[in-house]
Amino acid sequence: MKPVDFELHRPATTAEAVALLAEHAPEAKVLAGGQSLLPLLNFRLARPEHLVDLGRIAALAELRRTRDELVVGAMVRQARAERSPAVAADAPLLAAAFPNIAHPPIRNRGTVGGSLAHADPAAELPAVARALDAVLVAAGPAGRREIAARDFFQANLMTVLEADELLVEIRFPRAAPGTGASFQEVGRRSGDFALVGVAAQVTVRDGVVEEARVCVTGVAPTPHRAAEAEEPLTGRPLTEARLAAAADALRAAIDPSGDLHAPGEYRRDVAGTLAVRAVAQAHRRATEHAAAAA
Amino acid sequence: MGSRHEIEIVVNGEPRRCGTAARTSLADLLRDTLGLTGTHLGCEHGVCGACTVLLDGEPVRSCIVLAVQADGHAVTTIEGAGGPDGGLSPVQEAFCDAHASQCGYCTSGMVLATQALLEERPRPTRAEIDEALGGNICRCTGYVQIREAVERAAEGSGAR
Ligand SMILES: Cc1cc2nc3c(=O)[nH]c(=O)nc-3n(C[C@H](O)[C@H](O)[C@H](O)COP(=O)(O)OP(=O)(O)OC[C@H]3O[C@@H](n4cnc5c(N)ncnc54)[C@H](O)[C@@H]3O)c2cc1C
Ligand code: FES
Ligand code: FES
Repeated sequence: MKPVDFELHRPATTAEAVALLAEHAPEAKVLAGGQSLLPLLNFRLARPEHLVDLGRIAALAELRRTRDELVVGAMVRQARAERSPAVAADAPLLAAAFPNIAHPPIRNRGTVGGSLAHADPAAELPAVARALDAVLVAAGPAGRREIAARDFFQANLMTVLEADELLVEIRFPRAAPGTGASFQEVGRRSGDFALVGVAAQVTVRDGVVEEARVCVTGVAPTPHRAAEAEEPLTGRPLTEARLAAAADALRAAIDPSGDLHAPGEYRRDVAGTLAVRAVAQAHRRATEHAAAAA
Repeated sequence: MGSRHEIEIVVNGEPRRCGTAARTSLADLLRDTLGLTGTHLGCEHGVCGACTVLLDGEPVRSCIVLAVQADGHAVTTIEGAGGPDGGLSPVQEAFCDAHASQCGYCTSGMVLATQALLEERPRPTRAEIDEALGGNICRCTGYVQIREAVERAAEGSGAR
């Protein structure tokens, strides 16, 4: 099918985009890469009267690093971030997540900010943002505000962004030396949205897990940050018994619902299995990274 | 009422200027306004890959790109994949040789995705081929011959 008619605005600056949203909200929607929005428009599941295209705002497509942070503009395309050496070095978990998102042609258009703003409960990037305690920066008529990833996702496809607000950039803390990451998921076919996915990032020092970050996608309306799995792993060397304990703690903490693709029990079980694989691989990479840095 | 826009795009090397409604997809602009019907529409929601074209050399789904989003950019469709004399490209030859096309509905997307892959990786591994073409659905061939065609095209390009 084809979308209903709408008016398309093509602002050149963030300020213009915010003004357009303020003028036309709630009948206006932001257009980023279009890889989630345009299918919805084609099916007429969404019928916005106005679209505000962010494609011409150069400032939103910047990728830079500060002393402590990797700052990814909302309009940075997923494929570009996937190939970026800065992303691989500073946010290895983000880099590990991209190959799991759809197929390359979708990532050529889809943006980092678009995936976070869309907040699909099975998407990879919201889990990464939660795992890394990223800060999401929004711009609105009253100026800018910083939102912790913990507070950003509210429900299935719902975030705290107001109708006249725009996500402008995402700040990821730069990984410490001796950090490794892994993103593990199962789906019905490669390229599909995950049934369950686990993001893990581990930092090791002197053979001890200094920090473990684990977040699960597909098991709840918003990403599940698995503090219960991180706790038994932290401050100790990694052992199989501790990995198993972390997986059990995770399985006990979640209560995924089932659908026609997989029952909740399966998702619960597989989340634990994927957590073991993700943490083990992240740990292996962290250990290699620590050895290379030494 | 929807808005209309004047856009400039380079299509298969030729600069084009056209008016379009905001809601028109790049696929519909190519097919209906420019008459380039070699770009096929299957699902119209980004899942099948039939509508794949190259936007500044990169494969994209033209059913989920607005025509206006291509303003100022270069598009390659299957009509521009062959040689200037109208002959087949090495990738197209390889698809013929390997019997990688039956009804042909997916073929324009497959050929363009292959072309983009070989630009970036002249000698792709099986895994890289599967990753690059994994989002292109073919109802007919079972994919074995398509993979073989990509391998043949890669060998051919290596020999030159
Ligand atoms: C076949 C297919 C398979 C896919 N598989 C996956 C997958 O496995 N995993 C996955 O995570 N995703 C998947 N996607 C979705 C893809 O990653 C999208 O690119 C992404 O979800 C949205 O990003 P976008 O830039 O395309 O945003 P758009 O589609 O342009 O926008 C999506 C939504 O976010 C809003 N929005 C976008 N940017 C902003 C902003 N800066 N500020 C405020 N609001 C904003 C829009 O208004 C809209 O509501 C798939 C898509 C397709 C078509
Ligand atoms: S028609 Fe565009 S992906 Fe199917
Ligand atoms: S040749 Fe018929 S769909 Fe591929």
